[in-house]
Amino acid sequence: MNGPVDLARRGFLKTGASLGAGLVIAFCLPLGGRAARAAEASGANPLPGIEPNAWLRIAPSGQVTILVAKSEMGQGVYTSMPMLIAEELEADWSRIRVEAAPVAPVYNHLIFGMQATGGSTSVATSWEQLRTVGAAARLMLVAAAAQQWQVPVSECLAEQGEVRHPPSGRRLGYGELAPTAENLPVPTPIRLKDPKDFRLIGRPLPRLDTPEKVDGSGRFGLDVTLPRMLTAVVARAPVFGGRVKSVQAEKARATPGVRVVAEVPTGVAVAADDFWTALKGREALAIEWDEGAGALLSSDGLRLRFAELAQQPGAVARRDGTPEEALAGAPRRLEAEYEVPFLAHATMEPLNCVVDLREEACDVWTGTQFQTADRDAAAAAAGLKPEQVRVHTMLLGGGFGRRANPHSDFVREAVQVAKAVKAPVKVVWTREDDMRGGYYRPLWYDRLAAGLDAAGRPVAWTHRIVGQSIMDGTLFASSIKNGIDPTSVEGAADLPYAIPNVMVELHSPKLAVPVQWWRSVGHSHTGFVVESFLDELASAAGEDPFFFRRRLLAGHPRHLGVLELAAKRAGWGEPLPKGQGRGIAVHASFGSFVAQVAEASVATDGRIRVHRVVCAVDCGRVVNPDTVKAQMEGGIVFGLSAALFGAVTLADGRVQQGNFDDYPILRIDETPQIEVHIVESTEKPTGVGEPGVPPIAAAVGNAVFAATGLRLRRLPMTREEVGAAKKTV
Amino acid sequence: MLILTVNGKEHRVEVAPDTPLLWVLREQLRLTGTKYGCGQGLCGACTVQIDGRAERSCQIAAKDAAGKQIVTIEGLAADHPLKTAWIAEEVPQCGWCQPGQIMQAADLLSRNKKPTDADIDGAMSGNLCRCGTYPRIRRAIRRAAGGEGRTP
Repeated sequence: MNGPVDLARRGFLKTGASLGAGLVIAFCLPLGGRAARAAEASGANPLPGIEPNAWLRIAPSGQVTILVAKSEMGQGVYTSMPMLIAEELEADWSRIRVEAAPVAPVYNHLIFGMQATGGSTSVATSWEQLRTVGAAARLMLVAAAAQQWQVPVSECLAEQGEVRHPPSGRRLGYGELAPTAENLPVPTPIRLKDPKDFRLIGRPLPRLDTPEKVDGSGRFGLDVTLPRMLTAVVARAPVFGGRVKSVQAEKARATPGVRVVAEVPTGVAVAADDFWTALKGREALAIEWDEGAGALLSSDGLRLRFAELAQQPGAVARRDGTPEEALAGAPRRLEAEYEVPFLAHATMEPLNCVVDLREEACDVWTGTQFQTADRDAAAAAAGLKPEQVRVHTMLLGGGFGRRANPHSDFVREAVQVAKAVKAPVKVVWTREDDMRGGYYRPLWYDRLAAGLDAAGRPVAWTHRIVGQSIMDGTLFASSIKNGIDPTSVEGAADLPYAIPNVMVELHSPKLAVPVQWWRSVGHSHTGFVVESFLDELASAAGEDPFFFRRRLLAGHPRHLGVLELAAKRAGWGEPLPKGQGRGIAVHASFGSFVAQVAEASVATDGRIRVHRVVCAVDCGRVVNPDTVKAQMEGGIVFGLSAALFGAVTLADGRVQQGNFDDYPILRIDETPQIEVHIVESTEKPTGVGEPGVPPIAAAVGNAVFAATGLRLRRLPMTREEVGAAKKTV
Repeated sequence: MLILTVNGKEHRVEVAPDTPLLWVLREQLRLTGTKYGCGQGLCGACTVQIDGRAERSCQIAAKDAAGKQIVTIEGLAADHPLKTAWIAEEVPQCGWCQPGQIMQAADLLSRNKKPTDADIDGAMSGNLCRCGTYPRIRRAIRRAAGGEGRTP
């Protein structure tokens, strides 16, 4: 799939630019111009990007190559996207192969307006677009066959990669029909299949990228090699915002195999014949840094500052009724403060980027979720026009948001290094570089209060959130309205529970720490806080936390659906082994609804053990159920790492973690038994990559409370946190 | 110059002798199935077999691997029960850690034909996966061992 990338991609780009001319053996539908305009005029297909030429090629052999505009980072888009096209194309699934799309407007994300993968939106936004692409191509292939046989189109049918004419028994493969089909007009309107006729969608088809990930042949960014290529590492400032004051590079330059040592805007680059030599060269550098104000940052200081801010009114994200009065008048009041730390994405493949910069062209090979932004950033750094830059999307060894950087940090820097090095170069980030490179999930501090009436019903809920805006200073800053970055309050301002008086406020302090989306974005924090505090209310009301939620969610059938399914499958209310507790949480994010029940215990040394997690998900219509399950399993494991271990902390501006010894992630022997149940639905498909993460920390915290009576309000739930909670009881 | 025997073939390589085997495999021999994840022996992405045992190739200097039998993911037979099981159980997500996981699992199965779940957890706990494929890794190893293996 990622075979001889260089030549194949370059070849395609050439032909792609002229839309068909020269694609001798390829199936090149001329939809881009004339037909697309016709379709637009008829109003039949209002979606942009219905250009089969851009999305698929059919070889004479009948093999169908589908170009996928979304980045494969484990979430299965190299299978789900082809499934959407193949379903309507009536393709033979065994003859489908995948190629990463180049950067072009036709591949733009229909919401983001740029080529991007994120927000758990790939299936949701491609659902109609790619099925329409497949249907358009099928109609043209059928028309080509009908023309060749001189029979009415209505007598022909497409099936398994061929067109048949049942009355005469004739049949032609798509490979044979493609050259004729490409010269035919596109029939309109294009009608999509009735879901009851789906052959592929809804089935757990094997992933197309599995074999190459099992035999080691799959090509990731770090696996790219070019002739004459150097490998570089960059010495970056030890604190955010720091700059090089002076550098002594003689020893580094004298290291055998080191070719270039050069200052770049982010620090000092050392380029060598291989990675190990570059690293040794970097170790030989003596750099004096102008650290600036970043050196004053510490996590402890930030927590104090945030706690103080949480005492003051903030920008109002939601206000229902009269929360202050309702709170003041409530017979029973609860208050709590919650905290979560900065988190690194820690993708298993550290950041890297290969750049081949020439006079008037630049090629970039990397695992990216943000092709358009990266191309533009590369062009700006290279002093070229965007159309002179080609981005080759490789497999991503994990993304989780890190490879969707609005500042294109790792791509921009690699181009700057290439400029300095004057040779093709691969910039490699060590694990420590990656961990300390910033763009973290923000640190959050939350202050909540709630009032219960005499019958234990919540009558007021106030929630004040303090933390950095991830949109501020990016190309998405316009989404900030009235001081509210919507990603800071998502999952909190849309509190679904029936509480008559609600207030959600926000403070967005500005800090030198670069922050960014991290799998499930704002929900990664609000899911924990909201679902934990709600559990506190249930406890205060003396009610079972499942029944408490169920009563307050009466008007939310999809929340209720997953809540009840998870509780039922988990055996809610049934006895557990001694020392174990059961916790439940439900959270909606990215259009999907997820409930999780966790069973946990706390060992005498304070270590939390999660034994079992039962998950129910409603993500609308399911394209590939095995992918949905895999994403829920993965979301739970990812969320457990954050719940139990994850924290990036700062002292004197320095990130105190560097590798997996001090930034642990969940291991197989710490992984609970996980069961995933999918709610059957005919609603439009919604996200699955992220929604599995938000409920898990709360489900575990609530289980710990059920098991021990200890309420954990700070992540991660380490032995020390458990110990501290014991002292306050 | 060093002579390394990788997947049954001898290779002459010109590298600084302290270069970790990982980078020689990846950069000199272009066997990029062996992955870099941490450089400190903390994640298992670089796991290969040396003289039949799973080792972290980021922690072994190339000179110390000379004269030994090195097997990488590329050298594991295409029909190896683990590769087949990994496909059948749809284990990989992003895929970065999987070659290391498979090489570690091969070590386990070479010494323990019928591992229990506890055996699997014990043998595999040094191989990290950020995507969270652990439940499927367990299933795949059980399958490769010739059954469901659902023993405690």
